[in-house]
Amino acid sequence: MDSLQNTWVYLSASPLFHLTLTLVAFHVASALFEKMGRNPLLNPVLGAVLIVVAVLVLTGTEYGTYFEGAQFVHFLLGPATVALAVPLYRQWHRVRRSALAIAVSLLAGSLTAVLVIVTGILGAMLGPKVLDVAGVVDWRARGLAIGTASHGIGTARALQVNETAGAFSGLAMGLNALATALLLPLIWGGVVWLMGG
Amino acid sequence: MLGYLTLILVCQLAGEFITGALALPVPGPVLGLVFLFTFLMLRGHVPERLDQTADGLLRSMSLLFVPAGTGVILHFQLLGEALLPLGLALVVSTLVTIAVTGLLMQWLGKGERAEKTDG
Repeated sequence: MDSLQNTWVYLSASPLFHLTLTLVAFHVASALFEKMGRNPLLNPVLGAVLIVVAVLVLTGTEYGTYFEGAQFVHFLLGPATVALAVPLYRQWHRVRRSALAIAVSLLAGSLTAVLVIVTGILGAMLGPKVLDVAGVVDWRARGLAIGTASHGIGTARALQVNETAGAFSGLAMGLNALATALLLPLIWGGVVWLMGG
Repeated sequence: MLGYLTLILVCQLAGEFITGALALPVPGPVLGLVFLFTFLMLRGHVPERLDQTADGLLRSMSLLFVPAGTGVILHFQLLGEALLPLGLALVVSTLVTIAVTGLLMQWLGKGERAEKTDG
């Protein structure tokens, strides 16, 4: 019995445990999402995060310990971003035809974008509804909007629904990163100036 | 499969190196995306194996945000009193961003219509 306990204590702090926990939590959350008719409020990323947080809190595990295992999943974000070149290439004829529209819409959107993960989940959850209410039916427009506001999390969702939307979402994500990086210092400078600093 | 995963990693590494060395305001992987895109332009088509590799990565992309998301939730208490105003700002700005960008794009990019959906 003691050795069972010891093995568990050892394993529960190992990278294998936390990597497995991340994957299992995601599968459970995804299954629930599918089962409930893809209800956007049951976004799989949010569901998985809540499951992982619950386990970490219950077992008193530090985020650093968890991340030793989760980093293998986290690492793949970089390669996945690079891989977005593939859907973008496939949809290039569409992208090129609407280059100006993309530039203007993105710039307008960039001006309002902030804190990443939260906007990502929010956008993936509520974005489609907002677009429906606003009457946006164009796949390119839907993708671009979701990608600008909700970067990878929104892009991941858009890719599952429609390839055109996914490609435009990935494109928007990349260009928005650039636009935000270039605009933020200017806007911040303006804010400081306005406040008399 | 492995060959194209290597190509993707090489693109990312080159992207990280150049953005780091030149202190460019773009994330390394985004520049890596540009490199892979350039490769595809030169190639003229998407090699089947690359397609499979990219598809594998992209289909599970949602999963990749779980570790970072967990960090955000666990560190929520650090935000303290700023939590409510920050939360409100996030909700409003996300929804406004989506509506503004989507409407502008649809209005400016008229022509192609698509069937309506939940995406």
